[in-house]
Amino acid sequence: MNEGPMKEDPMNAVDPATSTYTLDIQGLRISLPGTARPVLDGIDLHVGAGETVALVGESGSGKTLTSRSALNLLPPGATVEGAVRVGGQDVLTMNADQLRALRTNTVAMIFQDPRAALNPLRRIGDFLIESVTLTRSMSRPDATARATELLQAVGLDASALHKYPGQVSGGMLQRVMIAAALMGDPALLLADEPTTALDVTTQAEVIALLTELRERFGTGLLFVTHDLDLAAAISDRVYVMYAGRIAESGPAQVLFAQPRHPYTAALLASTPRLEAPAGRLAAIDGQPPDLRQESHGCPFAARCPLAMEICERQAPEPLHAPDLPDHRAACHHTDRLEGSPVDV
Amino acid sequence: MSFLRFAVRRLAEMAATLLGASFVVFGAMYLAPGDPASFLLSGRSASPQALAAIKAQYHLDDPFFVRYLHWLGDIVRGDFGRSITYRTDVSRLLADRLPTTLLLVMMALVVVAVIGLALGWIAAVRGGGIDSTVLVGTTLAVGTPSFVAAVLLQGLFAVKLGWFPSSGAGDGFGDELWHLTLPAIALALYLIGMLARVTRSTMLEALDSEHVTVARSRGVPERQVIRRHVFRNSLGTVLTTGGLIVSTLLICTILVETAFSIGGVGQLLELSTTTKDFPTVQAISLIIVALFMAVNLIVDLLLPLVDPRIALGTRSTSV
Amino acid sequence: MTAVLTRRPGLSRIRAAGPPLYLICLAFVALVTTAALLASWLAPYDPNVVDLGNAMAAPSAEHWLGVDAAGRDTLSRLLLGARTSLLGPLGVVVFSTLAGVAVGMAAGWRGGWLDSVLSRSTELVFAFPGMLLAILIIAVYGEGLLAPVVALSIAYLPYVSRLTRSLVLAERKRPYVNAYQVQGHSALQICLRHILPNIAPVVLAQSTINFGYALMDLAGLSFLGLGIPALTPDWGRMVFDGQTAIQHGYPLSAIWPCVFIVLTVVAFNVVGERWADHVARRTP
Repeated sequence: MNEGPMKEDPMNAVDPATSTYTLDIQGLRISLPGTARPVLDGIDLHVGAGETVALVGESGSGKTLTSRSALNLLPPGATVEGAVRVGGQDVLTMNADQLRALRTNTVAMIFQDPRAALNPLRRIGDFLIESVTLTRSMSRPDATARATELLQAVGLDASALHKYPGQVSGGMLQRVMIAAALMGDPALLLADEPTTALDVTTQAEVIALLTELRERFGTGLLFVTHDLDLAAAISDRVYVMYAGRIAESGPAQVLFAQPRHPYTAALLASTPRLEAPAGRLAAIDGQPPDLRQESHGCPFAARCPLAMEICERQAPEPLHAPDLPDHRAACHHTDRLEGSPVDV
Repeated sequence: MSFLRFAVRRLAEMAATLLGASFVVFGAMYLAPGDPASFLLSGRSASPQALAAIKAQYHLDDPFFVRYLHWLGDIVRGDFGRSITYRTDVSRLLADRLPTTLLLVMMALVVVAVIGLALGWIAAVRGGGIDSTVLVGTTLAVGTPSFVAAVLLQGLFAVKLGWFPSSGAGDGFGDELWHLTLPAIALALYLIGMLARVTRSTMLEALDSEHVTVARSRGVPERQVIRRHVFRNSLGTVLTTGGLIVSTLLICTILVETAFSIGGVGQLLELSTTTKDFPTVQAISLIIVALFMAVNLIVDLLLPLVDPRIALGTRSTSV
Repeated sequence: MTAVLTRRPGLSRIRAAGPPLYLICLAFVALVTTAALLASWLAPYDPNVVDLGNAMAAPSAEHWLGVDAAGRDTLSRLLLGARTSLLGPLGVVVFSTLAGVAVGMAAGWRGGWLDSVLSRSTELVFAFPGMLLAILIIAVYGEGLLAPVVALSIAYLPYVSRLTRSLVLAERKRPYVNAYQVQGHSALQICLRHILPNIAPVVLAQSTINFGYALMDLAGLSFLGLGIPALTPDWGRMVFDGQTAIQHGYPLSAIWPCVFIVLTVVAFNVVGERWADHVARRTP
């Protein structure tokens, strides 16, 4: 479906210099002080140039942290292993200047709640141009011209430049946020649940806008969401996260039609669906594992209907499907789910 | 425009409070046991003429409310009555002494603003050992009354080391600054602690906000993040302490001017209180209250500039 | 310093110091209180006996902390001074807390005209720093501890009543109050038996901090020779007396009372803030 070498072991296979991925996360492990197990445990994830990738998981699964790692925006005191490469360069080892350049011109993030993301005391125009002007990558008039242009691209007019965030609606603010993210003409956009804080009609508009602009500007997009349907609708590939690990990854259509991980299957079963009227919603029993508890086996074992003794003992390695190397699942029982219906 | 209405309303509120304050200042005299005339003379030998003069000046033969209105009318015209101790117009006494006190207060205000903000800023941004040191220092500072600071500074820097004069206000502007340095620091110390703590805690709160993370994620240099998003956003809270700072400075001049024998309004208040020179006490009290309220008014009018949400009505004006 | 009560933003928000400092401060409060209570037995000398021949003597076996410019024993004066210096603030805190809670509770519960009168008068008293009000009243009444204590109580009252009012308003919204009302309990009963115990910790924490402020104000007044009678030993008065000795190159008799004033105020502040912080964390 997409470019990129399909090899068994991506850990050392890809030469960073020749990597064609816009974002390439390899073996990322992040531990925070005061926790018994890593918040992120061996994340492998990549986003190709111009590709849209969804990162799905419930709150606390580590999806936001994963996306923020692309900006090296980590909580204080975090210990990090692995590599996060953007355009072949490891973000985790960058110095302050390189990081600033990365954040201004290469990777941009759209945050969940635009109301909180904009300083209420500063004008919208000021917000749009501050990163490019303060890092001197653009002159003030140029930046203002580009801001006006982008505001028009997101369906707002230049009058918004002089307004304060308190004067416009949440949907409009999220459009401002998107325009701001495009200011530095980034190669990669990170969108962290960009529609969760908005009402339903505005959500659709923002998604449509995001998709359109992504195509127009040719940026890669890592879309973080807890909404499976949304992920299926907009993305080329999907990663499903559970308790700091990638449970399953693969092309969107395949993954949703034929989940190979019981967690994905359970998630799909718990999503209300219009076209399946009689279906009863199957909530997933239990809670995700506590960060304060150590875990040796599969983190989903406690809630998994297929769990056996081995699941408690040994964490499963991600294995690809026999017919499709791009479809991977970290489960000891992938075969038992093959072709099975969604209702677990 | 809503801002104009807001300004007019604040002005009216201030006038009402000032009226109330004048009533308290005037009425306090009548709490004294016995006849107001003898209280005003308070033990001084009262010749019939002097008694008559007092009665005429205070309209003591009129009903209470008429007396108050007379008194208020005089004050509005700038006539604060005659000092019983100094046998001269209170307004003249004040005119002589106010410049020294205002200079002292201004100097202290500058010290408070510069050092208080800087300490709060450094503690919030640097954290760690610097933060702990500032916290300990400011905890001590807010426990140190200005007269204690005055006596200790005087003992160390004026008497022991001889770096500064130990008393008086000096002659000429340069000399005056020289003489008022120690008193200004003594006056400022407590408020430096307070302002530093306020600045520190509001900046820490602002540092936690999402928009600061967003600014960092967009590559805005850290220095600018602190200036434009953290300090800028704590400015409103810091500004609301302005009225409090000025009124504390004014009232504490009574202690510091006494400690350093500076002939300002504060010392005059102390002298007139011990000699029961009531007209002078009344005048100074009213001036302190009025200045406090004027500063509060200025702060209230500046706040919409600092926080556009107030001017836009997207946030309540209560502070 | 009184004025600080007006709006003390941030003070409560500061993470209170860790337990060791808190415990040291608590111990210091206990120590000073005990010293004040037992002062007449502990003091080695009569604090007012003048011995000019021995004036400004350095600390010795007879006089542990030295003597002042008039030859009076500093330790004895400090001990007996603790009595006046703590009694005054105690009076201020007790008066202002009792009256402030009563007024604030009535205003919070009843609302209406009582509430608006309270908020108007609060505005007025905010304009008067406590010390200014005290000076005004002392100028009328003259010497004596009562006048400044009453004046400061009045000046501190609005802070307590405003706090109480907001706490009562929050408490009223809770379902249990309604339940008691339905069961026919009188307003007074509900206030005294249920609301008061719930809001007491917050008010007491604030009053503890107010103690430190009252101590500073009263010490300042006695430094000026206002309020406290001349012969009563008091820390503020001792600083004033010591100032003369400083000019003669003998700072010790001024330093001791200064140290005690600062440490006592700091100790009360730290303890009060710790309590306030504790209460705030318990009830989100």
